[in-house]
Amino acid sequence: MSALRPLPRWADILLLPLINLVLAFVVSGLVVLAIGQNPLAALEAIVGGAFGNGYNIGYTLYYSTNFIFTGLAVAVAAHAGLFNIGGNGQAYIAGLGVILVVLPLQFLPWWVTFPIAVVAGAAVGGLWAFIPGWLQAKRGSHVVITTIMFNFIAAAIMVYMVVNVLKPAGVLAPESAMIAAEGRMPKFGTFIPWFKNTDVNFTLLLALACLVGAYVLIWHTRFGYQMRALGHNPTASTYAGISNSRTIMIVMTLSGALAGMVAVNQIVGVQYRLVLDYVADAGFVGIAVALMGRNHPVGILFAALLFGALYQGGNELQYVIPGLSKEMVVVIQALVILFTGAMEGMFRPGLQRAFMLFGGSAARREA
Amino acid sequence: MTSTTQTGDTPAQRPRKAAASSAAAASEFAIELEKINKRFGPVHANRDIDLNVRRGSVHGIVGENGAGKSTLMSILYGFYTADSGEIRVDGVPHRITDSRHALALGIGMVHQHFMLVDNFSILENVILGVEDNALLGPSLERARKELERLAHEYNLEVDPDAIIEDVSVGTQQRVEILKALYRGADVLILDEPTGVLTPSEADDLFRVLRVLRDEGKTIILITHKLREIMAITDYVSVMRQGAMVATLETRNTDPEELAELMVGRRVLLRVEKGPAHPGEVFLAVDNLVVKDDLGVTRVKGVSFAVRGGEIVGIAGVAGNGQTELLESVSGMRDQAGGTVRLKGTPLSLEGDDGAHRARKSGLAHVPEDRQRMGLVVAFEEWENAILGYEDDPAYGKGMILDIKAAREAARRRIAEFDIRPANERLKTASFSGGNQQKIVLAREMERNPDVLIVGQPTRGVDIGAIEFIHNQIIKMRDAGKAILLVSVELDEIRSLADRILVMFDGQIVGEADPATATEGELGLMMAGVTDRKATVASPVAATGAAS
Repeated sequence: MSALRPLPRWADILLLPLINLVLAFVVSGLVVLAIGQNPLAALEAIVGGAFGNGYNIGYTLYYSTNFIFTGLAVAVAAHAGLFNIGGNGQAYIAGLGVILVVLPLQFLPWWVTFPIAVVAGAAVGGLWAFIPGWLQAKRGSHVVITTIMFNFIAAAIMVYMVVNVLKPAGVLAPESAMIAAEGRMPKFGTFIPWFKNTDVNFTLLLALACLVGAYVLIWHTRFGYQMRALGHNPTASTYAGISNSRTIMIVMTLSGALAGMVAVNQIVGVQYRLVLDYVADAGFVGIAVALMGRNHPVGILFAALLFGALYQGGNELQYVIPGLSKEMVVVIQALVILFTGAMEGMFRPGLQRAFMLFGGSAARREA
Repeated sequence: MTSTTQTGDTPAQRPRKAAASSAAAASEFAIELEKINKRFGPVHANRDIDLNVRRGSVHGIVGENGAGKSTLMSILYGFYTADSGEIRVDGVPHRITDSRHALALGIGMVHQHFMLVDNFSILENVILGVEDNALLGPSLERARKELERLAHEYNLEVDPDAIIEDVSVGTQQRVEILKALYRGADVLILDEPTGVLTPSEADDLFRVLRVLRDEGKTIILITHKLREIMAITDYVSVMRQGAMVATLETRNTDPEELAELMVGRRVLLRVEKGPAHPGEVFLAVDNLVVKDDLGVTRVKGVSFAVRGGEIVGIAGVAGNGQTELLESVSGMRDQAGGTVRLKGTPLSLEGDDGAHRARKSGLAHVPEDRQRMGLVVAFEEWENAILGYEDDPAYGKGMILDIKAAREAARRRIAEFDIRPANERLKTASFSGGNQQKIVLAREMERNPDVLIVGQPTRGVDIGAIEFIHNQIIKMRDAGKAILLVSVELDEIRSLADRILVMFDGQIVGEADPATATEGELGLMMAGVTDRKATVASPVAATGAAS
């Protein structure tokens, strides 16, 4: 009803997601209980698996790195009113750009190839999102439809490229040649032994920089202003003389470029080669991350950490409690996505009512 | 609503009528409000409101935007609950908890923005939410009969099978009224009902309201148009800053007194302006052709000129191409033909950033629909204060937006234009209509443009702000600027414009001098009857034919 007033910012950004998260864990606990396991032990295993020691934290941060990129990709587009659900395909096909510049330059030191890989990944990922953006801006094809179709096109292209073009002769596995040792970016464990040999690498710093960059872009640049105007009210942005078509194309390109950074993390930082399906659905998790993080870089940071922890903790869970299979972990992750992503607004009316009761009495006291 | 098999009365009507007749002796008032209080945080929206609405009367409630009229009616209709106070319906105290409850008590509301499903038929819209059968057939049949009865009884003829999006705004409003009556409303609340109507549609509405009153319904009319109050109401209550300042019998008062009560000071209802001193031509539109989104030609070869120092008003019934004309001249919509020249230089307005180039050339635009077009209501006030000017060097270097400078500029204009509340960090949606219009006006006047295009400058704007806005427009004229004014309010055009062009069916069918033209003459031209005026219209027609 119209009488409900918006929540205070802190409640919107912190309290509401927290309630959703707790509920997701409670329901997950019931599922664990239903198959005859101890939910508290499972929770302990997940938390321990995610944050127990340097090794666990390293992997949690590695997953989070990917989720920051894909979450930002969704959020940046969302501010312009665009729902980019093609982050997966954009992250995937960006790998093509990365591997094609990194392999020829593989004998150069990593700090030379890294920026080049970033540019290549951004360019190809950006291009893959630019096309749907162009189609929407000029032809009116909705990006929700086109980006998801582009995910499939990307997957098909990548299989073809890896199997028929990039796979060296005599190798059985569908993967490209390895980057020479000189071109590999060292992992954090090389400098900080505490992280052991985990996959977290310098791309995490790039992700943090992207968070700051996105914040500045969205709220402190003229272009960010224009894209937010478009996102809230396309008629008003036309009235203001903002070119909606141009803005849509630029925003989609930026969004795809951000998603493309996953390829840099995976290829230059972790795998040192191009393998199939390396994105592992990070693009889709990014949607949940952006939703939970309310499209704000700070929220996205925390949401990405949460999902990183869930992925890593979930992986550990099956080793700690053999009764909980890998599928069980997927169920828990899905519940968290369901409650924090898809149903994130479920408790808002109730919480608003609670706040109005409380807020109302506070106002009376002031008077 | 419970299901019922009888066909005469609507489901809600029967039990409530019984209650009404037993209590009728107790009170001559249909609605009594006593000491109603409502606070929103620090805002005291309603303070100690007393209101008695006599049964079978039309009771007007006037007040500026933000005076608390809508809050009060929302309390009566169950959208809000009062912090304290009592509501009596037919003399019986009730605590109205939601709109369903209000309906059950016989209180219906016709909102300012219609709540209709565009692609449903009128009949389907009427039963929406009160279908009393899982199968629609029986409900529709019953509703059809009931609708016929209501139409007959209250002169509310509609075609039940017409689709909402195909019928006029006036008919849509009838459907809203029928919806309320179908649900058994005895008390009808109408919130700014004429805001979207043409003068003749408004007259139709008033006729219907009179019939309803004569049939025993009670009508509460919220408006800020004093002419309507004088024309239709029996009683009028005036609200100001959350308080009820007076309730009067309409025949014992006059617009000047009401305006003074509303604003709290003397208000000039007539626009005071000196003679125009037109200079050189600033805006020249030649043979302009514009198509709408569906490719239909809406502006069919229009030519006119606006000189510096004059206000040219375009009169016409809404939907005769004025909207497309404004959108095209301001660069929002591509031209299908013709030219627009600003001080002799042709404006290139093609592409979806045409409005940007128009602004850069010195053409500012106060749009017809500020909420849909002129503002991003989700933005904070200062953000809207730079909309369209966000790349101005005053608001930062290079790509970075200088938020501090933008906020400072917004604060200056808030003071200059007396925008309330004076807080540039507030969401624009929480400003009243008049203040939102001031935000737009302040922004568009800020850079002292040569040409100002103004659409419906005072639609949904309260009296105090109307005076201010009119004076600002005249001030610009007197500073030698060219002003193109489009309004469906004939009064506004006549009092503000120095020359009137009448638009009908995408063409300018005549020109009139506001000092001498009568309302009747203008009305005929607006209706497309141009034989008498053929000589006046011919120069335009000739240029149109030349294309």
